Amino acid sequence: MVDAVSEVAAVAATDSGRTAGKACSLSATLAMATAALLGSADSQAGFLSDDSDWQVSAGLLVYNEQDRVSAVEPVISARKSLDTDEFLNLKLTIDTLTGASATGAVSADQPQTFTRPSGNGQYGIGVDTTPLDDTFQDTRVTLNAGWERPVAEDLTLNLGTALSKEYDYLSLGISSGLARDINAGNTTLSGGFSASFDSVEPVGGEPVPFATMLPAGSAQIRQGSGSDKQVLDAIFGVTQIINQRSLFQLNYSISHASGYLNDPYKFISVVDPVSGEPVFENTEQADLPTVAFENRPDSRTKHSLYAQYKVSLSDSILDTSYRFLTDDWGINSHTLDFRYRIPVGNGHYWQPHLRYYQQSAADFYTPFYVGDDRPDPGDSSRYGSADYRLGDLTGLTLGLEFGRRTASNGWSVAAEYYLQSGKEPDNSFGSLQNQTLSPDIDIVFLRVVRDF
Amino acid sequence: MKAQRRIRKPLPLLSMISLVTLLSACSSLGVKPWERGILAKPEMALDSQPIVSALDDHIYFSKEASSGGRSFGGGGCGCN
Repeated sequence: MVDAVSEVAAVAATDSGRTAGKACSLSATLAMATAALLGSADSQAGFLSDDSDWQVSAGLLVYNEQDRVSAVEPVISARKSLDTDEFLNLKLTIDTLTGASATGAVSADQPQTFTRPSGNGQYGIGVDTTPLDDTFQDTRVTLNAGWERPVAEDLTLNLGTALSKEYDYLSLGISSGLARDINAGNTTLSGGFSASFDSVEPVGGEPVPFATMLPAGSAQIRQGSGSDKQVLDAIFGVTQIINQRSLFQLNYSISHASGYLNDPYKFISVVDPVSGEPVFENTEQADLPTVAFENRPDSRTKHSLYAQYKVSLSDSILDTSYRFLTDDWGINSHTLDFRYRIPVGNGHYWQPHLRYYQQSAADFYTPFYVGDDRPDPGDSSRYGSADYRLGDLTGLTLGLEFGRRTASNGWSVAAEYYLQSGKEPDNSFGSLQNQTLSPDIDIVFLRVVRDF
Repeated sequence: MKAQRRIRKPLPLLSMISLVTLLSACSSLGVKPWERGILAKPEMALDSQPIVSALDDHIYFSKEASSGGRSFGGGGCGCN
């Protein structure tokens, strides 16, 4: 929990110039810190013997969705011991994405041409092909800073800030948490609170709910340049040592988001009530299907229960967790995770990973509108989204990690395969039944982490 | 009404008993400070690979409608 709270902490630069400057100075600092570490005495995680020591970790994620998004994400974190049990945590993450992203529109047995979010330019989608907007690219820079220190006997305080900036999105966050050891240190009670203040400025402006997409070059139907969103989170947990080989954690979290929760780049196809084919009713551009921009509720409250159990079985370690999440959008989800670490000598280990995820659809998930069912443009009292991430879906991850941990440092490399399968809509009819509206998504990612 | 109240009462009572039992069970769990050799290993920490957790959480946050649980639900990203 202490680490969890500090995870959310952060501070970052808001423009690339400042970011580059900070990154350079941080690299220089980390290089010095690494040099210092090489000559330092051995230390256990989270408990450094020399107050001047830094613990530095760096990671790189290479992520690829088949025919869709690719991402490269380097991350570096540093933890400095300021005093006995008092630490400063810093983390810089840079996330570069390119590729194609699903728009929500249905595939069809005839070609479709859509207007890009900017309103300038268009892209064509072939027959029987899921409409993807291939102009998706962004770079996200996130800096987290956290501070943790004991404030009384067996009581630790965490404070953190976070700043994340991408092209169309800015997020500022603060967090705090308390952890109290009781029962001779065998039980830890923790509680935390975080707040984030986000603003989104969509490319091309904020679409009017359910407004129709117009041909490229026309003035699209927009309602301003952007909006804000706030997210408040609270988490309460108990960690219990069971015996010399095992422990468990149980957390309850509540999260409330309010404000602009739409995805401004997602829209919903309108199909003919008889044929099931997309409606083409634009008089200027015959191959522009009628699609309506989505609208979601302006608040969402999520509750989750998370349980984790970790046990050392002779030399191997089994790490299991389960999460149940429910929200007022009608989504319920279950997540099961297993990691099994098998040592193979000289500090080396193999770690297979299995994760299973299942969610039910949001109440307002709408893969398509049939004819006049589509709400009137501007009717913000109705909700609808064809974002497949709000639909019924399952995810299966299989991964394998190989690494080495010595007394003073460690490294690991991992490959993971993630298969996401959506459920085909029950109400498909006509030519929609010849289409795969929720295609499987194959994702492969590689991860390298080095602890200096 | 009285009958209803009688039926309802056992629930909170049951919860109290469960809670007390749970807490007393917790107090019988645990180890002495000198028995923590295995638990003190870095790989036995509940979040023993924080960078791995953060990278993975970000992927699933951007691909699924759920987030958080282990820690805060994330956010700070236009990806979902």
